[in-house]
Amino acid sequence: MGKFIKRLFSGTIGVTIFSIVIAFIMGGAILLLAGYNPVQVYMVMIEGVFGKPKNMAWSVIKATPLIITGLSVAFAFRTGLFNIGAEGQFIVGSTVAALFGYYLHLPPLIHIPLVFVGGAFAGGCWGSIAGYLKARFGIHEVISTIMLNWIALYGHNYVVGMPGFARRTNISCDIQDSACITLFKNWKFSEVGRTWFGAHPILRDIFKTPLNSGFLVAVLLVILVWYILNRTTLGYRLRAVGFNKDAAEFGGINVKKSIVLSMFIAGMLGGAAGALQVMGVARNISTLAAMEGYGFDGIAIALIGNNSAFGCLFAGLLFGALKFGGARIQSPPVRAPMEIINIMIGTIVFFIAIPRLIRMIIRWREKRKGDGDA
Amino acid sequence: MAMLNSLGFILGTTLMYATPLLFTSLGGVMSENSGVVNIGLEGMMTFGAFAAATVGYFSGNPWLGFLAGGLASGFLGFLHALACVTFAANQVVSGIAINFLGPGLALFLSRKFFDGATMTYNLPIEMKMPKYFNNMLPEGTFVRQVLNQDISVFMAFTLVLLIWFLLYRTKLGLRIRAVGEHPKAADTLGVNVSRIRYLCVILSGVFAGFGGASMSLAVASNFFQTLISGQGFIALAAMIFGKWKPHGAMVACLIFGCAQAMTIFIGGTGLRVPQEFLSMAPYILTLVILMGFVGRAVAPASDGIPYIKDES
Amino acid sequence: MADVDFTHTTVEMRGIVKKFGSLVANDHIDLTVHKGEVHALLGENGAGKTTLMNVLYGLYQPNSGEIFIKGDKVEVTNPNIAISRGIGMVHQHFMLIPPFTVTQNIILGKETSGPFGVLDIQKAAEEVKAISEQYDLYVDPDQKIEDISVGMQQRVEILKALYRNADILILDEPTAVLTPQEIREFITIIRNLTFQGKTVILITHKLREIKQAADYCTIIRRGKRIDTVEVEKTTEQELASMMVGRSVSFYVKKEARIPGEAILQVKDLVVRDNRNLKAVDGLSLEVRKGEILGLAGVDGNGQKELVEALTGLRRVESGGIFVHERDVTNRDPRDIIDSKVCTIPEDRQKRGLVSDFTVEENIILENFDRKPFSSRGVLNFQAIRDYAGKLIDTFQISPPDGTVRAGTLSGGNQQKVIIAREVSNDPDLLIASQPTRGLDVGAIEYVHSSLVAQRDKDKAVLLVSLELDEIMDLSDRIAVIYEGKIVGIVNAVDADENTLGLMMAGGGQENG
Repeated sequence: MGKFIKRLFSGTIGVTIFSIVIAFIMGGAILLLAGYNPVQVYMVMIEGVFGKPKNMAWSVIKATPLIITGLSVAFAFRTGLFNIGAEGQFIVGSTVAALFGYYLHLPPLIHIPLVFVGGAFAGGCWGSIAGYLKARFGIHEVISTIMLNWIALYGHNYVVGMPGFARRTNISCDIQDSACITLFKNWKFSEVGRTWFGAHPILRDIFKTPLNSGFLVAVLLVILVWYILNRTTLGYRLRAVGFNKDAAEFGGINVKKSIVLSMFIAGMLGGAAGALQVMGVARNISTLAAMEGYGFDGIAIALIGNNSAFGCLFAGLLFGALKFGGARIQSPPVRAPMEIINIMIGTIVFFIAIPRLIRMIIRWREKRKGDGDA
Repeated sequence: MAMLNSLGFILGTTLMYATPLLFTSLGGVMSENSGVVNIGLEGMMTFGAFAAATVGYFSGNPWLGFLAGGLASGFLGFLHALACVTFAANQVVSGIAINFLGPGLALFLSRKFFDGATMTYNLPIEMKMPKYFNNMLPEGTFVRQVLNQDISVFMAFTLVLLIWFLLYRTKLGLRIRAVGEHPKAADTLGVNVSRIRYLCVILSGVFAGFGGASMSLAVASNFFQTLISGQGFIALAAMIFGKWKPHGAMVACLIFGCAQAMTIFIGGTGLRVPQEFLSMAPYILTLVILMGFVGRAVAPASDGIPYIKDES
Repeated sequence: MADVDFTHTTVEMRGIVKKFGSLVANDHIDLTVHKGEVHALLGENGAGKTTLMNVLYGLYQPNSGEIFIKGDKVEVTNPNIAISRGIGMVHQHFMLIPPFTVTQNIILGKETSGPFGVLDIQKAAEEVKAISEQYDLYVDPDQKIEDISVGMQQRVEILKALYRNADILILDEPTAVLTPQEIREFITIIRNLTFQGKTVILITHKLREIKQAADYCTIIRRGKRIDTVEVEKTTEQELASMMVGRSVSFYVKKEARIPGEAILQVKDLVVRDNRNLKAVDGLSLEVRKGEILGLAGVDGNGQKELVEALTGLRRVESGGIFVHERDVTNRDPRDIIDSKVCTIPEDRQKRGLVSDFTVEENIILENFDRKPFSSRGVLNFQAIRDYAGKLIDTFQISPPDGTVRAGTLSGGNQQKVIIAREVSNDPDLLIASQPTRGLDVGAIEYVHSSLVAQRDKDKAVLLVSLELDEIMDLSDRIAVIYEGKIVGIVNAVDADENTLGLMMAGGGQENG
């Protein structure tokens, strides 16, 4: 255990923690320069996240899709692919989930899994297009997924506006209740529920939010991804291709199939995130003027989580908290721009990109210490 | 006549929309020819667009604004170079960081300077990039329709020529390409790899900033949150599409610009083609073209690989 | 012997120390080179020869020590300083930019240019032509590097140095890629250069070349200078034992055997390379039970593509590959491995190992989805560990720990991991493609005895190597490949270097 902890902090996790600390310092400095009181801003942020049970619930709700898009990017990363396309896979997943959720009328026990799997599968197919383009035509997945993101976005907008599906301009009809995974969604507004929650104010507060079982699914997916990557022959095969596709090919592994499969799984995760968002929070889809950023945030989460499944869980929660807490600082009394969060996230990623800096600092300190001794 | 009119409209609109992409794409050409992948073009372009609109608004001078756009993004370029050259960072990861930092800084400062809004104030026409040919070209003619453009359009296309000349006809260009292909070979001949990469990556930021500026000072008349939304990525695709060459990037940007122009044109004719499919077209086209012809296009051999001189 | 001017020390290095982390690559090395001599630096792979020269050339900064060039103490902090002092270096892996022309490569960093830094390629090409004529180094200034032969690339490298007025030339393993005939030509070029007043420092591990070309020889072993000797007054044996630190047997012990039936048959094989040219062009050969067939040839004559086709990594255009008379043409690598064909690939880093995987994970690369290493898609770590542990013991892989990353092992141990993995599959045919490249003498001996052991177990072995000595020492029969065809097959006992060399250059006749 001691060895484990030591390895944890001497390696990449040390770099990550260092980067997060730097980000808070930089964020503070920028706030100070812009004329805000950083201590006050951070207090509001922390208060915003941990102050009320409701807020913590919101952080978890915000974190749920991000954890899963993070997993999507991390999974692809581990298998040597850079999935910029989690964004598009998310969109496709949410679109298909919304369609399945609205048009199908089934009992919840069938409807919920069907909508979820439908969204995930659609995302998987979307992702595997990029995999196929790479395997067959050698098109770099960074480029193809950027294109696919935009194609997905416009396709999504088309679906939102389809006659019969559009409820009003720019918004689709809501999914059926049977496809909804918000916890106690009807009960909490029922007579009985209201009375019960009246007696339990803290729980009432928590369930005021669209708290849903998506987070549980996210945790299950984290465990599943970890298991697949580290314990199965599938994970071995995909990682071998990711590290060195020439050697994998030499060893008899079908590289092209692996690339497509890997992008399919990554896409499924992206699609699952989109489906859960529709089923648990949004309940409908609306026209997108620009990318919402779930996929791009997923990239940052994967990086901060060092591309490990459990890392994504923690990074996703950090992100969810920052996003929710960040939105609070806009209101009085501080009125600080919430975009400080993006600057902080950018700073974290920037420093994670340069582990050499930290190693250089350590070496320089050792050298100075050495010189001092001599 | 109507046909010629339509053609003029399409060509003119193509040039207008191609320009911001072209500047940014040329930024990509500079950076990647020296061996540094720049996926942060999007963030640089956004920050440049904001800085240009802001300085343009407060100074009242579009030229100052344009320059400020370049300088602001040049600063982001410097950060990217710092990470990629000095600290041998993963270049894609550093680019992702820039894509958070650029829009983050732009919106943060926008709220600061413009009363909490994520958009800058509208610029009156005289504070936008000038259209010098406005009075010279005869009214209502085809030539006027095509060429009555903001000065930034002409600047972008001139820049293509300049960068082509720089890369393929000058000493510096030979060195830039050598560093992108085989930095160690260049190093053994006494070429300063780091200095050249710094120069190119910073210039890449500056050009992306010009791209943003030509968006906020010419195509639109202010900066707002979704002004850039993805154009930096498209510029990146255009650079790859153009096989990492300035003239190639130009052709690619013209195709993207044309697709956008067609979307607007067909939207205006009232033809029953869903808007969304038209908007999708350039991206599908890019994939199709990559499948067919550019699949075997090769990046500079050392593009994306940090050059580490001495591990000691 | 050229006119060595003993009164003028051209290069003097004193007490050079260079460390990489905890590794001491150069440990107080002294080196003295006189004007007009050919001075050989002899040592095994990793002995520190190239590091020393990189220090002299300013690519590395020494931790301590002094450098004198033509009598002046010089701090060589970058290659520009070395170049300005008249030092030129030709690296083992050519420092040439493939899409650039010969002229562009030569002038890079010292360009002829007009106002605004505009290149004057015309003038530069003329200058290149003039020097190439002066030193009898023929090149075509306007051709791209990617389109010219290795021999011409080497001349470009030398011209690069001469263009910068170098009078001290450092040549790092210059003959590795040449045929025996080309080597002879190359030695003439070196001699020619010394007659024109140039000094040459030759880094090599080939004793014969030192005997042929060098005046003096400094031997380096494990970062330390062992001795400097006058080449005429020493023997190859003495040089070898100084290099390795013990006496070396040059010959691999090998009993005569009668080969059995053919395991591998290749018939009229045609394979295209990455540029879509026919790299293997109607090639036929057989490898029989209990023999080592050596495939000799100059690099780039289709060896790489042949091995890739045999292992299922490259498409065969026409012709056939048969293992045990079963057609395996264009089967995928999995099928071919299952036909009991195993391969030691040419490039350890690229094909052989997943360097970010542990040694254990690498050992099961071809069998990870079989019992006992996995069942129903789940890996069985205990079985993997046990098996890897056994192989680590048997093959003496160091460090004896299956959980270390393969990339951290030395080249020799990486090769042992590959051999362990391949041989433990109990193949009927073992293909060894340049199995000793970049290894030190100890590891080379190990690899050689492993190959002979396979043969002695009545297996078939196909040895592909660019080192003619290796082929001649190990093979029972030698096939020579030239431009994708077998131009001759001879019994090893009848082979002599001259005939083989001629065949490798395309001058042989069919007699197989």
